[in-house]
Amino acid sequence: MQRSLLIDSGKCTGCVQCELACSLENEGIFNPSKSRIRMFTFHYEGRFVPYTCTQCSEAWCMQACPVDAIAYDAETGAKVIVDAACVGCRVCTIACPFGTVNYNSSTGKVIKCDLCGGDPACAKACPTGAIIYVDADQTGYEKMRDWAGKTDTGTSANQQQGGT
Amino acid sequence: MAWTGKILRVDLTNGTCVPEALNKDWAQLYLGQRGLATKYLMEEINADIDALSPENKMIMTTGPLTGTMASTGGRYSVVTKSPLTNCVACSNSGGFIGAEMKNAGWDMIIFEGKSPVPVYLYLANEKAELLPADEIWGTSVWNTDAWLHKKHQDPMLRIAAVGRSAESGCLYAAIVNDLHRAAGRSGVGTVMASKNLKAVAVRGTLGVGNIKDPAKFMEAVTAAKAVLVENAVTGQGLPTYGTQVLMNVINETGALPTRNMSEVQFEGADKVSGEAMHELRKSDGKPNLTTNAACFACTIACGRISTIDQGHFSIANKPEYWGNSGGLEYEAAWALGPDNGIDDMDALTYANFLCNEDGWDPITFGGTLAAAIELYKIGAITKEDTGGMELSFGSAEALVWAAEIIATGEGFGKDLGLGSKRLCEKYGHPELSMTVKGQEFPAYDPRGIQGMGLAYATSNRGACHLRGYTVSSEILGIPEKSDPLANEGKAGLVKAFQDATAAVDSSGLCLFTTFAWSLEDIAPQVDGACEGDWSAERLAEVGERIWNLERDFNLQAGITVADDTLPKRLLKDAANIGPAKGRVNDLDKMLPEYYELRGWGTDGVPTEETRKRFGLT
Repeated sequence: MQRSLLIDSGKCTGCVQCELACSLENEGIFNPSKSRIRMFTFHYEGRFVPYTCTQCSEAWCMQACPVDAIAYDAETGAKVIVDAACVGCRVCTIACPFGTVNYNSSTGKVIKCDLCGGDPACAKACPTGAIIYVDADQTGYEKMRDWAGKTDTGTSANQQQGGT
Repeated sequence: MAWTGKILRVDLTNGTCVPEALNKDWAQLYLGQRGLATKYLMEEINADIDALSPENKMIMTTGPLTGTMASTGGRYSVVTKSPLTNCVACSNSGGFIGAEMKNAGWDMIIFEGKSPVPVYLYLANEKAELLPADEIWGTSVWNTDAWLHKKHQDPMLRIAAVGRSAESGCLYAAIVNDLHRAAGRSGVGTVMASKNLKAVAVRGTLGVGNIKDPAKFMEAVTAAKAVLVENAVTGQGLPTYGTQVLMNVINETGALPTRNMSEVQFEGADKVSGEAMHELRKSDGKPNLTTNAACFACTIACGRISTIDQGHFSIANKPEYWGNSGGLEYEAAWALGPDNGIDDMDALTYANFLCNEDGWDPITFGGTLAAAIELYKIGAITKEDTGGMELSFGSAEALVWAAEIIATGEGFGKDLGLGSKRLCEKYGHPELSMTVKGQEFPAYDPRGIQGMGLAYATSNRGACHLRGYTVSSEILGIPEKSDPLANEGKAGLVKAFQDATAAVDSSGLCLFTTFAWSLEDIAPQVDGACEGDWSAERLAEVGERIWNLERDFNLQAGITVADDTLPKRLLKDAANIGPAKGRVNDLDKMLPEYYELRGWGTDGVPTEETRKRFGLT
């Protein structure tokens, strides 16, 4: 079963623990500027929004790469940069419509979220549950549950009798 | 380790920026941030200089855990000599710029001299340069922030700046970073402006590594984060209500200073409380509070992001204030509200926005306005002085007016910018200034919380809640409950809080963690990151060393035992109502024991033995 990062910006406080955890996991130091996930502050609106790669099925980055340096991890569903093959041409950074593939000038290669091989550090570090890692085919499950609760009219015979 | 080992020395007189190595021996003795920067200040300036002269230095400093994943590890401090108190000033701030400085590779920036023209420091990793600031001089912090982001084409730039109040000489101007976090107290912004330094703009991409034992560090960090989640204050109270969780609690305790500290309970407290910030407004159906917000790496997130009611008189025709910004925290809400008898949440929020927009300390501002209102009430200040404005307790119009003229420094704004001590002296009633060493009180009346009286009287930066927060013990029962009305045992309590606080303020962590953490939780994090062996006992010792160093600075600056006192109102006029009714603060019963526990003589001076113990030269 594949899993996806599910982001609920309403729960985000802007603490950037996700960025710290990501950079520690991938770079070995605390460095938000090298994080694959970024938190954005919308000051006027009072909103904090973490954003990262959604691992597109037909990934623009993967299709654009001229040297096949972006591989598909069948187990996690992640599109993963193969450092040994990446030549740093940055075509993928142009191809990605969402801006989630970026160049790392310290290494001369690109970086993007690879779901940490199936155990994403950002989700573990998030203190509010704004970033969670859930069944990729059921990302709407909690939202459906909320709406089920809200829209249920509670008129079935079963409920009128107090249920079983 | 954990320290970058690099200091940037900025000579504003000659326009040079020169890197130098951090004194690692001192780092072992003073840890970082508050302690280490105070050591540098003490070594580099004479304590008796004029705080606003070029001889004063201003140090922006991080702690060893700043920029790491330790919860709240994003703090920085500004250490200098205060123009308000003439004592050592150390103002601590969160937000993001402290971590950015560390990411750029710097532990500390020492500003010295005075620039011949307005400048700002642009710091991008190892590149440091002083650039012209004429286009932003005379404008607000918020304008400066927008201008710098635009000029450098860099939305990730982190900025700390002073506003117009600092430029016009308000003695309690703040340095505001990330739009609404502030090194707020003791006039550190006034010092910055006196050097013709408008802003510090930082971008760091080097990262913070150099951790002594990364695995051990992360283990300690994860364990300590769990403690914050499980604690009722840091896990629930602060995220939900912010520090404003205290408004109703302290009012019920009978320790909410009201109307220039003449009373101890405010009838309108619930209207300006943390709970009230959640209530939906009738006008637009929205609450004052939009969301809570975290500083860098903070898993508590006590910050408030708020809006003002668009129909409120303060902003009715000012769409620039219709969006969200930093909302009320307890001390600001109290100083602007109850201390002035005002229960209008929107007026308080607007005044708070202006404090951030143009950079000044809402606590001292509130206390100064309260003193001005009392001076007006007794006829010492008249309409002629105020330019026609009537001052009275409870007047939201007066608060809004005062905040607007502080920003520009025009008219009576100049008088208000003096702080209450100088204002009350000027108008012939020094007894109406509610200050210690020239700095205004925060939101805890020491008649109802006895230990705080001693904490205020002996605080190294004048009246302040962040030098020894015995409220934790006396009201909240952290780590153990003590009777707020008793004076017994408070000398030891105050000393313990002061020492622990000095250590926390030197680490890069936020003091608010100590609602849940003791030094036992902090020591493993410091030990995992920093060279040397760091235990809770060693941190307490470092804290005590720092306390004595700061005291030594103040003694050299001319402070004497006579300055370790409280205004007569708190020592002679008993509380009129509530649980503390009939009580004054028993400072005289606590102070001698405190000096003894500190290893100071009856003259308040560290004994030779104490000096030797802490290496005071």
